[in-house]
Amino acid sequence: MRRIGIVLAAAGLISVAGAGVAYTDSIDWGTYQVGDKRSGYTYAQPETRAMQDDDFENPGFLLMDQAATLWETPDGAAGKACVGCHGDVESLAGVGATYPVYFEPWGKMMTVEQRINQCRTEGMKADPWKWESDEMLGMTALVKHQSRGMPVNVSIDGPAKPFYEKGEAFYYERRGQLDLACANCHMDNAGLQLRANTLSQGMPNGFPTYRLKWQKVGSLHRRLRGCNDQVRAEPYERGSDEYVNLELFIMHRANGLPVETPAVRN
Amino acid sequence: MRKRPLLTAVALPLALVLAPALGAGGAAAEELVAYEVVEGAIPASLTGVPGDPEAGKAAAVHRQKGNCLACHAMPIPDQPFHGEVGPDLSAVGSYLSEGELRLRLVDSKKINPETSMPGFYKVEGLHRVAEKFRGKPILTAQEVEDVVAYLLTLKGN
Ligand code: HEC
Ligand code: HEC
Ligand code: HEC
Repeated sequence: MRRIGIVLAAAGLISVAGAGVAYTDSIDWGTYQVGDKRSGYTYAQPETRAMQDDDFENPGFLLMDQAATLWETPDGAAGKACVGCHGDVESLAGVGATYPVYFEPWGKMMTVEQRINQCRTEGMKADPWKWESDEMLGMTALVKHQSRGMPVNVSIDGPAKPFYEKGEAFYYERRGQLDLACANCHMDNAGLQLRANTLSQGMPNGFPTYRLKWQKVGSLHRRLRGCNDQVRAEPYERGSDEYVNLELFIMHRANGLPVETPAVRN
Repeated sequence: MRKRPLLTAVALPLALVLAPALGAGGAAAEELVAYEVVEGAIPASLTGVPGDPEAGKAAAVHRQKGNCLACHAMPIPDQPFHGEVGPDLSAVGSYLSEGELRLRLVDSKKINPETSMPGFYKVEGLHRVAEKFRGKPILTAQEVEDVVAYLLTLKGN
């Protein structure tokens, strides 16, 4: 028994040491790294990063172009458009970096997607957009893109605190047949290879993100479902309180990293 | 063929814990074989049927089964992308015994509660398992035996 313990401890050391030799560790990542925090950008392959760096190559921009048209197009019974109440979309600079925020009327946290649907149903008397629709992904990307390069700056003070704590508990809770918590992969093992994937710190600062595997832009909550699925855990619905609180926790964890929307990832 | 170990003082409470979970999991759930942990090992075979190293290698590689390469390097050069989350297993058969390997596979948290290695033959103590997998271990008892037999062949150079 004792001997096993020692052998395992040694094995643990070896795998920790392995983390130190990843080639990405020796690169100066500029604003993509803040102290120990590293954006998923810094773990991505050079080709993937190049695709993100070039706005003409980045497919996220196509979706945002469509959303820019929607921004100016009246919809719903009130005959209003986003532009009518908000003016230029540039006026939302900085906003996307602060979400989720506490929304008084609901008594809970609200994501950008939910804010947009609130404007649609209340302000415009229009139907809400589905979470993973091109309209919602494009508009969420467009809103967050106005904060590109600004540091994520999510508050967990005051009424947000209990929701942050729920998100934190979710993050450390093991789940699924594989019995793994988010923290097992994205804290304990960041930088190491999980088969063909380099595990990142699981930072959400680039969402909605164009994923090569999806061949499509996808929401953060789609990614969370994927991370639940891969440990064979029952995922939650997009927009569920569980994922909104989890988003609050991981966005706050990313505080200081730049908003990258729309990021490109593998 | 060796006889399966009788329920022991260790295994009995485990079986009692499993019973309700299996009941809820539906008819498809396999009744897990009880086992006894002795000094960091499960000395007795789960099935009494000797493991088949070739089948074990296949189960270790299979992404829906062991998927060990997600986390470990193994001496299987025709498979690309070996993981780094756990230690290299190339010589594991030279320093861990059959029984130690078996416990490691069945439920590695009995050795290290903090480990990120899944328990491959357990259904209790898990949280929000997707419905499709509820009440089922990742590997069958015989697959565990096969993988143990394969690991025992890994002696390094
Ligand atoms: C009828 C007027 C109206 C329309 C139309 C409207 N909004 Fe709003 N929107 C508001 C109000 C009011 C707020 C809350 C402002 C605040 O809290 O400071 C708001 C807030 C927001 C916010 C959050 C701003 C912040 O500082 O947190 C976003 C993002 C947003 N709207 C996006 C949209 C989008 C996208 C559309 C079009 C689909 C839209 N809005 C249409 C009135 C409107
Ligand atoms: C079995 C390991 C594993 C677990 C557990 C896991 N993930 Fe992931 N996650 C991955 C992999 C692999 C990727 C893709 C590569 C990368 O960015 O790490 C990923 C990507 C992500 C990303 C996208 C990062 C980016 O830069 O775009 C986020 C966000 C994320 N995970 C959050 C979570 C959260 C929250 C949990 C807990 C619900 C979780 N993950 C659980 C393996 C895991
Ligand atoms: C999610 C990652 C993960 C998967 C999948 C995984 N392991 Fe592990 N394994 C680990 C880690 C991490 C350790 C290091 C010991 C610890 O954490 O307690 C380990 C340790 C071991 C050890 C002990 C090695 C030593 O040197 O002491 C053996 C044997 C082992 N694993 C076999 C397997 C086999 C066989 C499979 C596939 C059926 C497998 N593992 C799948 C993560 C994993």
